[in-house]
Amino acid sequence: MKLITAIIKPFKVDEVREALIKQGVEGLTITEVKGFGRQKGHTELYRGAEYTIDTLPKMKLEILADDSAVQGIINTVSQSANSGKIGDGKIFVTNVEEIIRIRTGEAGAEAI
Amino acid sequence: MKFIKLLSFLLFAASSPALFASEINSGDTAWILTATALVLLMTLPGLALFYGGLVRSQNVLSVLMQCFAIACIVSVVWVVYGYSLAFTGDGNFIGGTSQMFLSGLLRDSTSGSLPESLFILFQMTFAIITPALVVGAFAERMRFSAVCIFTVLWLTLVYLPACHMVWGGGYLADLGVIDFAGGLVVHATCGIAALVAAKMVGPRKGFPGGALRPHNRPMVVMGAALLWVGWFGFNGGSAVAADSSAAMAILVTHISAAVGALTWMTIEWLKTGKPSVIGIATGMVAGLATITPASGTVGPQGALLIGLFAGLVCFYATQLIKGVLKIDDSLDVFPVHGVGGILGILMLSFLGKPDGFLGAGASGFEPSVMEQFLIQLQGVGVICLWTLFFSWIALKATSMIVPLRVNEDAEVEGLDFAEHNETGYYSS
Repeated sequence: MKLITAIIKPFKVDEVREALIKQGVEGLTITEVKGFGRQKGHTELYRGAEYTIDTLPKMKLEILADDSAVQGIINTVSQSANSGKIGDGKIFVTNVEEIIRIRTGEAGAEAI
Repeated sequence: MKFIKLLSFLLFAASSPALFASEINSGDTAWILTATALVLLMTLPGLALFYGGLVRSQNVLSVLMQCFAIACIVSVVWVVYGYSLAFTGDGNFIGGTSQMFLSGLLRDSTSGSLPESLFILFQMTFAIITPALVVGAFAERMRFSAVCIFTVLWLTLVYLPACHMVWGGGYLADLGVIDFAGGLVVHATCGIAALVAAKMVGPRKGFPGGALRPHNRPMVVMGAALLWVGWFGFNGGSAVAADSSAAMAILVTHISAAVGALTWMTIEWLKTGKPSVIGIATGMVAGLATITPASGTVGPQGALLIGLFAGLVCFYATQLIKGVLKIDDSLDVFPVHGVGGILGILMLSFLGKPDGFLGAGASGFEPSVMEQFLIQLQGVGVICLWTLFFSWIALKATSMIVPLRVNEDAEVEGLDFAEHNETGYYSS
């Protein structure tokens, strides 16, 4: 079992979510986050003075998946979140020791 | 001595359009000063907040910016040639150029019982809100430079002629069309322009779809509430006097707003199981737009019926435009303002006779009900066709100067950052 975390551009969220649902993903968690990567921040003008914003808003998607589904999900997110420009984000995969569905007590892959 | 007096009078008369002006009435002046502030409040911040809340978060500033910039642009155009073309001269379709740059306006110039400066200002606030209403049709995708150019062209080709035809002594005024506060001049013109603009700019990326939802509903409610209050000045000021006609206009305006809101709320409640806050606010705007042309004519009972029809007809018009015809008039300008304004123009002929149907408190008019209805119908026909054609011209001409739309990346990222290099909510 894996946890797939994807940091993507905010305005790609709907596209990614739709693509994942089409692929059979049953649930995901979305968090608004800020950060920077190679894109760095950007500059804005405020009454003539330039100031730098060092972090940009991104969305963090967290998806639990069975090992066999991981590659498919990675492909889907990579495709649907790709705008071809700097700042599209990253995907990383981590091992998950246990998953429990609170209501039923189901555990492991059953609870995904 | 007598000769000098006569000479100075003639000089004064020649420099002012309000020939043989009557005395300034301080009561009228005080009320219209107030009403002017109320009508400006409708655009800034009323309409801006209303529209700003209805778009997605990445476009909130662009809408506020467009409303703000339109208020500034129209103010300048109004002073340079707008007022002159709308309210001076005796052309059928457009006025004269004698008052360009407000030349001839003296401190003492009068217009009816008001200082002319006040009349100019009051009418300016109407000219401001009309193109600002059209913003709702092309929100979230039109290029800012195109919005600015379009505003000047549209005001010149559509609003000024419509205003002159109906209120400036032009063709429709001569015909006897009754449009107290702008069912045709304001709401029909902005509504038809909205349809044309939505068609020519094209739908938003993702339309139709659930992702294009309002981002800040409290902002929508605040804006709607400011519109309601401001509308007291819009309709109540259109008597251009502080009299019983103004008071009755405000009473019927208020009734129609309340009934329109309740009607929309009820339909939603029955159809979807829950009444929504956007629904009640939209019904209120529909009630206000619909009573606008009729607010100087009908009485309180007529206003109840107008509010009811406003809620009903505008609700289903909204479903028709977006759901059936799939036109992305994004913030429903046509179904609410266009349909509402036209509905009010037509309904007033049946409700405007004091001894007629639901006529208690009505002002009455000379022709018979059917005669007036046909006159109103002609007014609708002329204004709608005129607006349809010249809105198209205005957009076509704009598109020859700059593209109407932002590119796709900018639309996805949001106009706030792409067009204005600012964001509404995020700061580090």
